[in-house]
Amino acid sequence: MFYREAGDFKTSYRDDGQTFPIRLDRWGYYAVLAVAFLVVPFVIDSYWANAVLVPFLIYAIAAIGLNILTGYAGQVSLGTGGFMAVGAYAVYKLMTAFPGVPIVIHIVLAGAITAVVGMLFGLPSLRIKGFYLAVATLAAQFFLVWLFNKVPWFYNYSASGQINAPERTILGWAVTGPATSASAKYLVCLVFAVVLAWVARNLTRGSVGRKWMAIRDMDIAAEIIGVNPLTAKLSAFAVSSFFVGIAGALLFAVYLGAAEASEAFGINKSFLILFMVIIGGLGSIFGSFAGAAFLVLLPVLLKNVLVAQFGWPTDLAAHIELMIVGALIVFFLIVEPHGLARLWALTKEKLRLWPFPH
Amino acid sequence: MTQATITPDGRQAGPVLMDLRNITLRFGGVTAIKDISFDIREGEIRAIIGPNGAGKSSMLNVISGFYVPQEGEIWFKGYRRGPMKPYEVARLGIARTFQNIALFDGMSVLDNIMTGRLNLMKARIWSQALWWGGAEREEIENREQVEKIIDFLEIQNIRKTPVGRLPYGLKKRVELARALAAEPRILLLDEPMAGMNVEEKEDMCRFILDVNDEFGTTIALIEHDMGVVMDLSDRVVVMDYGRKIGDGTPDEVRSNPEVISAYLGVEHA
Amino acid sequence: MEFLYASEILLNGLMAGVMYALVALGFVLIYKASGVFNYAQGVMALFAAMTLVGIMEGRVPFAHLINAAFGVHVSSFGWTVPGLLAILLTALVMVGLAIVIEKLVLKHLVGQEPIILFMATIGLAWFLEGLGDVMWGADVKMLDVGLPQGISETVETATNNWLGYGFFIDRLDIWATVIAAALVAALVGFSQYTKQGRAMRAVADDHQAALSVGISLRFIWIMVWSIAGFVALVAGIMWGTKSGVQFSLSLIALKALPVLMLGGFTSIPGAIVGGLIIGMGEKLFEYFIGPMVGGATENWFAYVLALIFLVFRPQGLFGERIIERV
Repeated sequence: MFYREAGDFKTSYRDDGQTFPIRLDRWGYYAVLAVAFLVVPFVIDSYWANAVLVPFLIYAIAAIGLNILTGYAGQVSLGTGGFMAVGAYAVYKLMTAFPGVPIVIHIVLAGAITAVVGMLFGLPSLRIKGFYLAVATLAAQFFLVWLFNKVPWFYNYSASGQINAPERTILGWAVTGPATSASAKYLVCLVFAVVLAWVARNLTRGSVGRKWMAIRDMDIAAEIIGVNPLTAKLSAFAVSSFFVGIAGALLFAVYLGAAEASEAFGINKSFLILFMVIIGGLGSIFGSFAGAAFLVLLPVLLKNVLVAQFGWPTDLAAHIELMIVGALIVFFLIVEPHGLARLWALTKEKLRLWPFPH
Repeated sequence: MTQATITPDGRQAGPVLMDLRNITLRFGGVTAIKDISFDIREGEIRAIIGPNGAGKSSMLNVISGFYVPQEGEIWFKGYRRGPMKPYEVARLGIARTFQNIALFDGMSVLDNIMTGRLNLMKARIWSQALWWGGAEREEIENREQVEKIIDFLEIQNIRKTPVGRLPYGLKKRVELARALAAEPRILLLDEPMAGMNVEEKEDMCRFILDVNDEFGTTIALIEHDMGVVMDLSDRVVVMDYGRKIGDGTPDEVRSNPEVISAYLGVEHA
Repeated sequence: MEFLYASEILLNGLMAGVMYALVALGFVLIYKASGVFNYAQGVMALFAAMTLVGIMEGRVPFAHLINAAFGVHVSSFGWTVPGLLAILLTALVMVGLAIVIEKLVLKHLVGQEPIILFMATIGLAWFLEGLGDVMWGADVKMLDVGLPQGISETVETATNNWLGYGFFIDRLDIWATVIAAALVAALVGFSQYTKQGRAMRAVADDHQAALSVGISLRFIWIMVWSIAGFVALVAGIMWGTKSGVQFSLSLIALKALPVLMLGGFTSIPGAIVGGLIIGMGEKLFEYFIGPMVGGATENWFAYVLALIFLVFRPQGLFGERIIERV
C-alpha cells in the first residue's frame, strides 16, 4: 500500500539504471544517510562507537571488499586477515615515515599497497580454482602475518613488537591516538564506508562488474566471449584488496590504536569477514553491511543477555557464540545462499504487493 | 582473394572471410579432426554437418580458439591467425553460442546480453569507479544497441528476469542475443536448434535468416536436423570420423554418394 | 655429524608427516565419497579427543552450561573409564555425530556447488568447536590412553653404537607411524574388498549411477563420515597425547590442506606422500633457512610450498588431469 512503484515511470535508460529505481527506496536511502551524518555524531557515546558502530563500519568495508572477490568474481579467499594486516602495517609505516602528509592520503595509499600485494597473491588464481584457490590464499594469510611478526622493520623495531598509531588530525580534530572522540572515529569510518560502498556499486554495475560476474558464473564461456581472465581476476583481487586494506588501516589506526599482527589479523579474522559475506549475501553490497551488522551485534547481544542478565561466565558466552555463528552459516547456506540481502529483497517484493497479494 | 560470386540460389556471397587449411586436431592418441580444409565467405550461412562424433564441435572449438590445432593454418580477413587465447579470438570479431547453454546464470537477461558488448566498452576502471567521464555515457550508448537486439529477438518482456529462471528455448534466444551484441564478423552457432520443439525451431530459423539478411552477419553453424540445414545454409561441409567427405551447396551435398552412405545412407538404407 | 643431525630432523619430519597424513586421510575419504571438502575434519579430531578425555575422566557433559543455568556446581561423575572402553564409546559418539551431520546438513545440500559445501563445513567446524567447548570446557586437557611416550632408548643406543650418534626419536611417533600404516592398510582393504567399500567407490564415481543401481546414498554418507570420525579420533589421540588436547589441535586440519593440495584430493597414496613431503620439508626448511629469517617458518612453509607447486601442477601429484570442455 505504502510501498509501491505504480506511477513511477522510467523515460530514459539513465533512470532505469539507477541504484534505487523505486522512489521510496531512494527516499529511505537518503533518510538513512541524513540520520547517519547529521544525527548520530551528536548522540553517539564511546560505548556505542567502540562496541557497535565503528567496528560495524570497518567490517562492512572489509566485507564489501571480500564480496567483490568472492560474491562478484567467484574467487573464495581465506586471506582477508592477512590483507587487512598489510593495510594496517602500510598505514603505520606511512604515518611514521611521513608525519606531515594528511592521514586520509595515508589510508588510501595503504589500500593501494594492499591492492598490489593482493594482485601478487591473486596470480595463482589463473591456474587454480575453487577451494584449491581458497586453500592457496591461506598461504597469504600465514605468510603475511608471519612476515609482520618477524621482520622488525615493519614495526619500527619497537620492543613490544606492536604497532601504535601516532596522533593525527583532520581539520584540527584528532582522528587517531588516545585523544580521539567517539564521534570523530565514527565520522571518519562513516565517510570511508559510504564513499567505498558507492565506488563498489559503480564498479559492479558497469562493464568491470559484468566481467567479474561472467568469470564467476562460467569462466570458460566468459573467456570465449572475450573476457581476459587474467585482467578480470587480477582486477577483482586488486579492488577487493584495496577495500580490505583500507579496512585494515582503519581498524588499526582509528579503532584499535595499537595492534599485533597475529592477534588482530589472524585466521579467525579471515573467517569472520567470510561469514559476514555469507550471512549478508554473496554478491550484494547491502548484504555486506547487513552481514557486518549481524556479526558485530551478535556478540554484543549475547554478552548483554547471557553475561549481564543471567550472570553466565564470559567464556561460556563466547563458546555459545561460536555454536550460533557456525549453525547460522550452515543454516543460511542451506536455506538462503544469498543471505540476508535476499531475505530483505523478498520482504520488499511482498510489501510491493501488500495488502493485495493476488 | 576470391572474387564475389553469386551462389546458385541467387544470394550474394562475398570474398573469403575465413580460410581453414589442413587442420588436424589430436587429443592424446585420438585424432578428432584429420586434415580438413574449407572456407567461409563473407555474408553466407555455412553449415557443418555430420553424424555424432564426427568432430563438428571440435571444429567449431578450433575456429573459436578454444582448441589449438596441432597442424594447419587459420586465415581470417586475409591474415594468418597465430595461436591465440579464446578471448583474443573473440576480439577479432568471432562470437558463438554453445551446445549446452553457457549463459551466466547469476545475471539478468539484460546483463547477459550486455556481456556480449564487453569488448566494445572501453571506459577505464577509474572512470567506472566514480561513474564519471566516459563510463555512464558508454553504458547508456551500449544499452541502446542492446535494446535494438532485444527488440529484434522479441525478448523485451524478460529483460530483467534472471537467466536461470527462463525456459530452454528462451535461453537459446538470449544466448543468440549475447553473441549478436558483440557485432561479430562471424557468428558461430553450435546446434542452435538442439532440443527445441517445432515451433521454437521455426522461430530460431527465422531469427538466423533475419540476422543474416539484416545485419549481413556471416554465420557458421553445426546442426543435426538435416532438413533445417539444407533449407538454411548456402554451403555445407560434411564431416565423418574427423574427415571431410563433402563440401558444396545443399543440392551438391545431397547427391554426393559418399555423404549418402556415411550420413543419410544410415537413415535411408 | 651435521649430516646425521639433518637426517635426525628429517626422520622427525617424517613422523610429523605421518600425523599430517592421518588427518589428510580423513579429508580424502569424505571427498572421494561425497565430493565434500570437509574443513571440519580437524575440529572433528579435536572434538573426538575432548570427548575421549571427558569420558575417561568421567566429566559431566555441558557442566558449565548446567552450572550457569541452574546455579549448581557439577563437574564430575566421580568415576573413571578405562582407555579402551572410552575409545569405543567415543567412536560411538562420532558415529552419532555422522548421523546428525547427514540428517541436518548434508541431506539438504545435495547437488550444491562444491564451494558452498566447503563453506558449510567451515560453519560446521565453528559449531563443533563451540559444542566441544560447551560440553567439556575449553581448558587444556592431558590425554593418556596408555600409549608409550618419551625418547626411545632402544633407537638411541642402537644408532649410537652403529653410527656413533644417538637419534632422538619419540616412541609415540614410532607408534603413530605403525598405527597410521595399519589404518591405511585397513581402509584400502575395506574399500577394495568389501561390498560397502565397492558401494562407496561407486558413489564417489557417480551419485546418480550409484543411486540407480540401488545403493543408498545416505547410508554410504553416514558410513563415510563415521569412518572419517574414526580417523579423526585416531588422529586426535595421537596429537592429544603428544601436545595436550587444546584448540591448536584443530589447526592441524589447516596443515592437512596443503598436504592434500600436494597429493591431490582424490588419492589415498597422495595424502600419505604429501604428508611426508610437508612434514620433512618444513622441518628441514626451518633447520636450514629458519635461522636466517627469524624462525617459525613452519607457520607458512607448507602453504607456500603447496601454492608454488599448484601453479605448476594444478591437479596435485596424484590427482587426475582436468580436461576442460564446453
